[in-house]
Amino acid sequence: MTEIALKSQPMASRSNLQRVRDWIGNPWGRPRFLVLVTWLYVLSSIVPVIIAIQFSFNSGRSVTAWQGFSLSRWYWSDPVDSVWHDPTLQQALVQSLKLAGLDMLVATPLGVLLALGLARWRGRLSSPANFLMLFPLVTPELVMGVSLYLVILYLFTFIHPSTFAQMLGHVTFSLSYVVVIVRGRLFSIGRQYEEAAADLGATPWESLRLVLLPLLLPAILSSLMIVFAISIDDFVISQWLSCGAQCDTIPIRIYSATRAAPLPSVNALAAIMVYFTIAALGLTYLVYRFMTRHERPAGGATASMMGDIGGM
Amino acid sequence: MYPKWLWAVFALPGVVWLILLFLTPFYAVIGVAFGGVDPIFQNPLPAWNPLDWDFTSFLDTLRGFLPGRTYWGIFLRTTEYVAIALSLCLLIGYPVAYYISRHTRRTKSLLLALLILPFWVSYLMRMLAWVNLFAPEGYVNGFLRWSHLVTTPPDWLNGNPVSVILGLVYGYIPYLILPLLASLDRIDKSLLEAARDLGASPFSAFLQVTLPLSKTGILGASVIIALPMFGDYYTPNIVSGSPKTSMLGNQIDIYFHGGPQPSVGAALTLILSAFLGVLMAYYMYTVSKAQRESQA
Repeated sequence: MTEIALKSQPMASRSNLQRVRDWIGNPWGRPRFLVLVTWLYVLSSIVPVIIAIQFSFNSGRSVTAWQGFSLSRWYWSDPVDSVWHDPTLQQALVQSLKLAGLDMLVATPLGVLLALGLARWRGRLSSPANFLMLFPLVTPELVMGVSLYLVILYLFTFIHPSTFAQMLGHVTFSLSYVVVIVRGRLFSIGRQYEEAAADLGATPWESLRLVLLPLLLPAILSSLMIVFAISIDDFVISQWLSCGAQCDTIPIRIYSATRAAPLPSVNALAAIMVYFTIAALGLTYLVYRFMTRHERPAGGATASMMGDIGGM
Repeated sequence: MYPKWLWAVFALPGVVWLILLFLTPFYAVIGVAFGGVDPIFQNPLPAWNPLDWDFTSFLDTLRGFLPGRTYWGIFLRTTEYVAIALSLCLLIGYPVAYYISRHTRRTKSLLLALLILPFWVSYLMRMLAWVNLFAPEGYVNGFLRWSHLVTTPPDWLNGNPVSVILGLVYGYIPYLILPLLASLDRIDKSLLEAARDLGASPFSAFLQVTLPLSKTGILGASVIIALPMFGDYYTPNIVSGSPKTSMLGNQIDIYFHGGPQPSVGAALTLILSAFLGVLMAYYMYTVSKAQRESQA
């Protein structure tokens, strides 16, 4: 009764407090306050990045004042300071891509095997192993960086700070992401396909290769993508295991540049990284769509891919 | 159908990898923290055998956290920054997650994609964008001058705690919103309808149904961003670079890369991990308690 009485009151007589309460509370009303906060947040999360990319096209040497458009100056035209001609920037780009590639090559197969093992192995040690796998996900990167740095300095002294050491570090923190993604897919597939294959006379090897592997491919693809993204994004581990200027990655270059006087070429370098990630994301999406074209659930490929990735 | 040993064999390489490159390194931190120091060269002499552990220098470092001692100020500042940044993240993040989970139909996929977008832009790239905006002649100060809100715009990038906190919020809020959204999405909407049918006002339905049901989600999302925030050193370095705003992570960084004193750095790392371990344990305890209560 009070409900109806409240609703029938004219708008003007409702106090402002009441209105604020309604905005927060009513799940079916028109929440103008929430709309405002959400869109302000979304804009503020994206606009600074767009502005930073914009400055990579600045024709002048400033990263704070717009001096006109130049498509290529900071990417390749400037003979000294562009990404292509500044050896430190070019080297950082190569190093980042090299590390991401190595990480994908090592972490993905290792993680797929680990996911299969952890999901199906029923031994006394399997639950400690499961527990161990989760730890890298919650350990702050600084702690991981310090410990890897100390272990190669004092215990595994045959590994020196180097690209190889950086690769080992990257694999260590990206492994668990692969496991989480692949395991999610493994649970959603279930075991019935493999059981059917066995009933029809497939050997274990055949059912692994001809049934399980193709079914896992979308998750493997998502893992490759995630590993690429988190490896190219990583700053802390790369820095702690760095061998000096030779091992600098893109994030390390950005880090040292922001503390000196940055040129738009650093923005260009950072923007290149964004382009790479977007291209990789688009490519993965297309391949994923193609591979799951026969098992499209309601919501389409986007939803199921997000489901696979969002498992983490 | 598969041989029994197969899955153990599959898990083996990954488990060995994690033991060698995750657990052993952590043991190395312990060894260095509890080891001795070369009296002449000041190099750490790690002690690998637990019987050789020497706790004197570690306890000295630990005592530094007592009120008024060496690390008290920095510990207080770190906690303060993380607490304020976390509260701001929740204040902004909760309404955003709530709106997207409750009120959007057609725009939901678009908003989700926009929420995920920052994940695909490197953290350092986002900090670079932030630094560009807040530079002395940047857009933010330009706007402040143009709007005559202030006559002399503040120096954002030189030991300004406000920028460090805003930097932390900007950097970590995407990692808070997604888990929060997932937990809000899981709430059964018929419970809300029931509350309304039983006469709850919209506001009290929110307070008594939605908010309590999203408590573990809030806690989980907070832990997810608080852990890395406590270990952050690059954000204060990038947006401030001044000792006035340095956090615990900066102190650890300095002990390794500044005037090298690795054993003190290792001791601090250990203390930080123990502190975060307690936070984590508290979180897991709360979650399991909530699960037991919902089953009972």
